[in-house]
Amino acid sequence: MQLNELAARKGADVDYQKLVFDYTRHPDQDAAKPVRRPVVVVGAGPVGLALAIDLAQREIPVVLLDNDNTLSTGSRAICFAKRTLEIFDRLGCGDRMVDKGVSWNVGRVFFKQEQVYAFDLLPEAGHARPAFVNLQQYYVEGYLAERAAQLPLIDLRWKNTVAGVEQHDDHVTLTVETPDGPYRLEADYVAACDGGRSAMRQLIGQESKGRIFRDRFLIADVKMKYDGPAERWFWFDPVFHPNQSVLLHRQPDGVWRIDFQLGWDANPDEEKKPENIIPRVKALLAHSTMKDAEFELEWASVYTFACLRMDRFRHGRVIFAGDSAHGVSPFGARGANSGVQDAENLAWKLAGVLAGQAPDALLDTYADEREYAADENIRNSTRATDFITPKSEISRLFRDAVLELSKTQLFARTLVNSGRLSVPATLHASTLNTPDAESFAGRMVPGAAAADAPITRPDGSSGWLLRELGSGFTALVAEGAENDALARSIQDLDALEAPVKVLRVAISSNASDADLIDKDGALTQRYDLRPGSVYLFRPDQHVCARWRKPTAAQVKSAVKRALAIA
Amino acid sequence: MELITTPHLESPDDFYEALIETHRDLDDAESHALNARLVLLLANHIGSLDVLQQAMQAARGGVR
Repeated sequence: MQLNELAARKGADVDYQKLVFDYTRHPDQDAAKPVRRPVVVVGAGPVGLALAIDLAQREIPVVLLDNDNTLSTGSRAICFAKRTLEIFDRLGCGDRMVDKGVSWNVGRVFFKQEQVYAFDLLPEAGHARPAFVNLQQYYVEGYLAERAAQLPLIDLRWKNTVAGVEQHDDHVTLTVETPDGPYRLEADYVAACDGGRSAMRQLIGQESKGRIFRDRFLIADVKMKYDGPAERWFWFDPVFHPNQSVLLHRQPDGVWRIDFQLGWDANPDEEKKPENIIPRVKALLAHSTMKDAEFELEWASVYTFACLRMDRFRHGRVIFAGDSAHGVSPFGARGANSGVQDAENLAWKLAGVLAGQAPDALLDTYADEREYAADENIRNSTRATDFITPKSEISRLFRDAVLELSKTQLFARTLVNSGRLSVPATLHASTLNTPDAESFAGRMVPGAAAADAPITRPDGSSGWLLRELGSGFTALVAEGAENDALARSIQDLDALEAPVKVLRVAISSNASDADLIDKDGALTQRYDLRPGSVYLFRPDQHVCARWRKPTAAQVKSAVKRALAIA
Repeated sequence: MELITTPHLESPDDFYEALIETHRDLDDAESHALNARLVLLLANHIGSLDVLQQAMQAARGGVR
């Protein structure tokens, strides 16, 4: 099928795992000399699709190459975090994801049969999106592909495999293999989103380095009528799977993800056989309220993992995002989520550079910021993995001591680590931030991904802060004496390289002509707003500057700084 | 805060006797597990990461 046929079938029962897209010969393949494109994205997985959509929404034409012609086979990544859902909202497919996905906020950790720790990842109200939805990767890719199909600026070419990369001062030349033979294609920039075994990475002679963990895990996705809660359950040393860990997640369509730790000595080929998986699932069920539940095996995989990354995510005009650039263990759901967050960081910067609003140096900040985020994700993932898979006798001794104490000692429960779940990195040290000159309370420091909050519009309708932010920069101006004049002068900054959307917010009820009203008080509290406070948000909804009472010149200077304009 | 390394125990000999007594009749594995639990309990009591890091460094001493 063609991609646009998928858009037409939206809403119908689509088996996303069975879709096969047609290879179509592109006129570029017949061009006498290689055609130059602004951006080529390699890899149409969640990261490549998100990047292509974001760029197209920013009016940048994108060629998206995929070496295959199907979406994800098997559920693979299933936990999509709040920030990622907020990005999907911006990309125009958040509702699809959340409507289909299983929303959850609570995780429970058991030692043997006893709960020793529970966490609520979203303990406060006033957020549009839950902490997580569980959704099979083929749905995520399917919904992204449907959205991509609506955007004529995306030119998705199936069965196009990059086989050669030549870097030049002002462009990259790719050699692309197709069923009709190879062709050459030029790009101002190439984004390599081609996964953990990235061919792009190998083609430019780079590698991803780090720690490999000596342990094996079995994923069994099982379809069953089991009315368990929409929560993340994790067992250390359960009686039904002694001396190992087990993780249980609920997915849509009555599918349950069960992740069994097997140990390094397990034989992957044997463990993958249904006759060996089924007794493990039966043992789990035998210790639940669903002793005799009938189930069928949907998908199984035995995996090992490593925490690694490339030294640099930018190599000339080739920029790496997602698993091609970094890898983590699954405990913490930091793989696909950080990849989509890479894409969002890169999209506005590439668009700004290609539109001539920002210098090429802005792309270096993509690498700086996302390498920092990757380190944070790897640190969290490594810590969880060291707890789940202790690497030495002494490490195991302390792990077991923590679990033993956690039965009776509250403090020990905070040390139990079954995965610290994905939250967006706060880019504290980013050169794009304008450092605070005044004091603010709360978490919305320069570099933080914007926290959502409920808002009311002047017509009385309700909405969410994040959906009011513009696609470019946004200045949130809290009502105050001279603020109308300030709001007008920010709008009038015609010398600005990028326009700024101004949102005037009334933080008390007697506002006359505000754009937003904070009836709930959550916005004021989360951002520590006072009359006159101004927040500047980047196009990727990160705070980059804030003031108690700025001048328009200060706002302009912060926008330039956030565009890496020296 | 500085890690206290000057004499601070209320009753050194009583503490030492109690420490050894705590391990009475345990085999090596049980004793090691007890020590691990004890470290964790004391660490929580101290709380300060800075002080704990000073203690860990002092304990590691000249070992490579």
